Amino acid sequence: MPRDDVTAETRQSFTKVGTRPLRPDGVDKVTGRARFGADMAAPGMLIGKVLRSPHAHARIRSIDTSKAEALPGVKAVVTRDDFANRTDELRDILVNVMAREKALYEGHAVAAVAAVSAAVARKALRLIEVDYELLPHVIDVEEAMRPDSVLLHDDMFTAGVDPVPDQPSNVAKRCEFGHGEVEKGFAEADIVIERSFRTEASHQGYIEPHACLASVGADGQGELWCCTQGHFMVRDTCAALLGMDVSRLRVIASEIGGGFGGKTTVFIEPVALTLSRKAGRPVKLVMTRDEVFRASGPTASTSVWVRIGVTKDGRITAGEAVLKYQGGAFAGSPVEPGAMTAFACYDLENVRAIGYDVVTNRPKQAAYRAPGAPMAAFAVESVVAELADRIGMDPIEFRLKNASREGTRSAYGPTFGPIGLVETLKAAKAHPHYSAPLGNNQGRGVASGFWFNFGGQTCVSLNINIDGTVGLAVGTPDIGGSRASMCLMAAEELGIEYDRVRVIVADTSSLGFNDVTDGSRVTFASGMATIQAARDAVKKLCARAARMWDIPEDAVVWEGGYAKPAGANAGDFQPLSLRDIAAAAAKTGGPIAGHWEFNAENAGPSFATHIVDAEVDPETGRTSILRYTVVQDAGKAVHPSYVEGQFQGGAAQGIGWALNEEYIYGADGKLQNPGFLDYRMPVASDLPMIDTVIVEVPNPGHPYGVRGVGETSIVPPLAAVANAVSAAAGVRLTSLPMSPPKILAALEAEKGAQAAE
Amino acid sequence: MRYEAPERVETAVSLLSGERGLARILAGGTDLLVQLKSGMVEPDLIVDIKKIPEMRRIGAENGGFRIGAAVPSAELSEHPGIRALWPGVVEAAGLIGSTQIQGRATIVGNLCNASPAADSVPAMIVAGAIATVAGPQGRRELPVEAIAAGPGQTSLAKGELVISIFLPGRPPRSGDAYLRFIPRTEMDIAVVGVGVSLTLGEDGLCTAARVALGAVAVRALLVDEAADALIGTAVDEAALERLAAAASAACRPIDDKRGTKEFRIKVAGVLARRAAETALERARRN
Repeated sequence: MPRDDVTAETRQSFTKVGTRPLRPDGVDKVTGRARFGADMAAPGMLIGKVLRSPHAHARIRSIDTSKAEALPGVKAVVTRDDFANRTDELRDILVNVMAREKALYEGHAVAAVAAVSAAVARKALRLIEVDYELLPHVIDVEEAMRPDSVLLHDDMFTAGVDPVPDQPSNVAKRCEFGHGEVEKGFAEADIVIERSFRTEASHQGYIEPHACLASVGADGQGELWCCTQGHFMVRDTCAALLGMDVSRLRVIASEIGGGFGGKTTVFIEPVALTLSRKAGRPVKLVMTRDEVFRASGPTASTSVWVRIGVTKDGRITAGEAVLKYQGGAFAGSPVEPGAMTAFACYDLENVRAIGYDVVTNRPKQAAYRAPGAPMAAFAVESVVAELADRIGMDPIEFRLKNASREGTRSAYGPTFGPIGLVETLKAAKAHPHYSAPLGNNQGRGVASGFWFNFGGQTCVSLNINIDGTVGLAVGTPDIGGSRASMCLMAAEELGIEYDRVRVIVADTSSLGFNDVTDGSRVTFASGMATIQAARDAVKKLCARAARMWDIPEDAVVWEGGYAKPAGANAGDFQPLSLRDIAAAAAKTGGPIAGHWEFNAENAGPSFATHIVDAEVDPETGRTSILRYTVVQDAGKAVHPSYVEGQFQGGAAQGIGWALNEEYIYGADGKLQNPGFLDYRMPVASDLPMIDTVIVEVPNPGHPYGVRGVGETSIVPPLAAVANAVSAAAGVRLTSLPMSPPKILAALEAEKGAQAAE
Repeated sequence: MRYEAPERVETAVSLLSGERGLARILAGGTDLLVQLKSGMVEPDLIVDIKKIPEMRRIGAENGGFRIGAAVPSAELSEHPGIRALWPGVVEAAGLIGSTQIQGRATIVGNLCNASPAADSVPAMIVAGAIATVAGPQGRRELPVEAIAAGPGQTSLAKGELVISIFLPGRPPRSGDAYLRFIPRTEMDIAVVGVGVSLTLGEDGLCTAARVALGAVAVRALLVDEAADALIGTAVDEAALERLAAAASAACRPIDDKRGTKEFRIKVAGVLARRAAETALERARRN
């Protein structure tokens, strides 16, 4: 239920919000004092290591751990037998954490050991004998959908199909969104373009591998230190998998070296806890980079078909898409948000998007920044660019003519409130980048993108200290500078300086439940809870002032950091500062604190438009990104530098995904590039300075107008880069990554086709 | 696992030849430490050669330079004499890994790691570099192209190690260059590498040339046909066309995660031509 006491009116003027102070965690991070997942140690600590399947698909006939257990220094060995089976919604997580009947992908955990040293643990892994029955495997999404494909799960019957199929398949679910009559719309079109697109799986590429330190005592109480985007989620999931009361497990979130969605689930945490419980000692488990690539959660690879029709004067009459996403060995690829977002930028009378969620013998996908949306936007925005070109209309003009705006019935159902797509398009068109000249072999691409954004369960505590400083406790790990934004919002409400507020990410025993840091929700939801907690504290501060003055509570107002009499009738008193009231707290009723807990709703969606210039070497197919501009709606930028950082980071990740990043599998179903050498993320010198423009169309669902900004920035780049590269190369690229061999092959094919004409 | 850090070449040789198990040489460690960490090798003996003074020296010799086996690439990049004489070798060494890696990595390690994609090797081959090898039978000299036998394999016998590389002097009007193809700008491994060295006569015609290719066969290739396309010409458009064709024709690549066969064959020709143009420009300045 939305709370009606959340201020609906958007504040207009600010003294703290919109400034750019240093982040509170900055010095620790640049001096090395910050403690990340692998930085914690405990007395008597053991080292955990995981044995992983070398096969893409195999039945596990038996696991013999006796030799490993007999090795001196080994304190615990766990396998599937140490985890109680489940049939509920945690079943897939359990099976992903530790394989049961089958190893479903190369890298799937099969056993784990805890030993006195890493060397002993590694030796123990080699002593575990697993009897595998090798099974054929399937890696590609289209192949997995064929009726004669190898099956991963013989109990998977496609959901969302009526009637339910009587044969199992690798298609977990079918979904459909849209309205109107697409065939009627296409009949009205002068030009219809349809194309098929492919994208490869990419990894979030966070610099910090998954790491945790687990300790379960003889009394069954546990503590877990780990790097995660959501320690409450980790607590609840681990407690369930281990059969513990939630109250008996305390989870502390470490500093986090990147997540981008990839740390919104559990992998090693339940294993470390189980090892610790069995060994009776703390266990530290840290993934290697190789394990991160093989056994954490990259995003889906996709196959997307799109058809769009337009009239000669640039009106889109219909849009249709079929999206097939493989999300690894379990149901849950982000095809649904892909299908929902595909046409979200357009005001369409006739639209339909159909999605298929497909399983393959790959690691279970995890969220990756606007999960599912970039691939859908790649396909749709590529066709949009081609259509604009065909009808001879400027691509931004074409988008403006068809853009979603307030009142548009979105392609996925709801009607949009105030949104900023048109504003981003206008700002992009007016930007000097858009009219800058291009040289030979250079091309410019434009694309727009959308993300829903999320609110979610949030709980915040704000404590007034004796000296008038403020301690703020939030429950959402900071992955994008959110602590700075929280301090700014608290300081704004209380009327005190930014550096008088200190914020921590509190552990799971210190606050009520908080959803994970995802959906670009933290500055919006934890920010709103912080504002409300501050207002709650202000009420109490005013009450204390009233008591000090011996006047009624409602005769005190809070202005600019001071309690003041509400008017001449209230009495003549010198204003009391936060510090004055805090100093007197012991005599006026004890500690002063503000709280807020709610389920945040009305997270305003964020739209963006990106412009990129690329140059393609026609002899080698190598692409250079020359210039890049991100224009995005932030609602209200609380800390503009970190908003810009989100814009730039999404663009950088999108450029890597577009050009070189990909999971490369051999015919044996094994990943061939589980490291940063051959999984080619952009290095600093690959990218130009990414220019940013912050558009502010306030979100009425937040007291300051804030919209989440973290995810939308990765939605347009795949398409924007593809449009730029296609323009530079003179041939339409429809398959990501647009690696040099692929571009060169496309150029040669085009040359061959021209010669044939 | 035993770690030794001898101070004389002879001690290193006797340690290596006396080891019954697996012995590995440690210079910069930029290949070995990675292999150790990933569990690819578990040597019984590691011989660190960085304490051997003659391995740490760069010395002028007969108009050229002798570079000790433990000299890191970064020192080549900072050596004005070598930069002036063999800029192609220096630019190749300056592409290995990253700035940090080059503070440790050596060109002898790059050579003896025997990766077909080693950046400094085609550049050294076209420079006519000579490796001095020490072993139980004493010292011998080998052209660098004779060191690598195949991926990860060298022609060195048990107990032998390369102790230095000699880069010879060269006639006036000479130039060299090394180019590699990577999809990114740095921190990557060559998909194709090409070294070209050439000398011009007073009339501007090419009197001598060497062309070597990396990452297109099991080891770096010295391609005489490609050099012949340049010798006797003014290194004009037609000669460059023939050079590119000969370089492409010499490739025996594989399809792998870094590139396709077709891509490597095509790009070898493109890079050969571009490297020759740079070498030509340098020769005209000398």
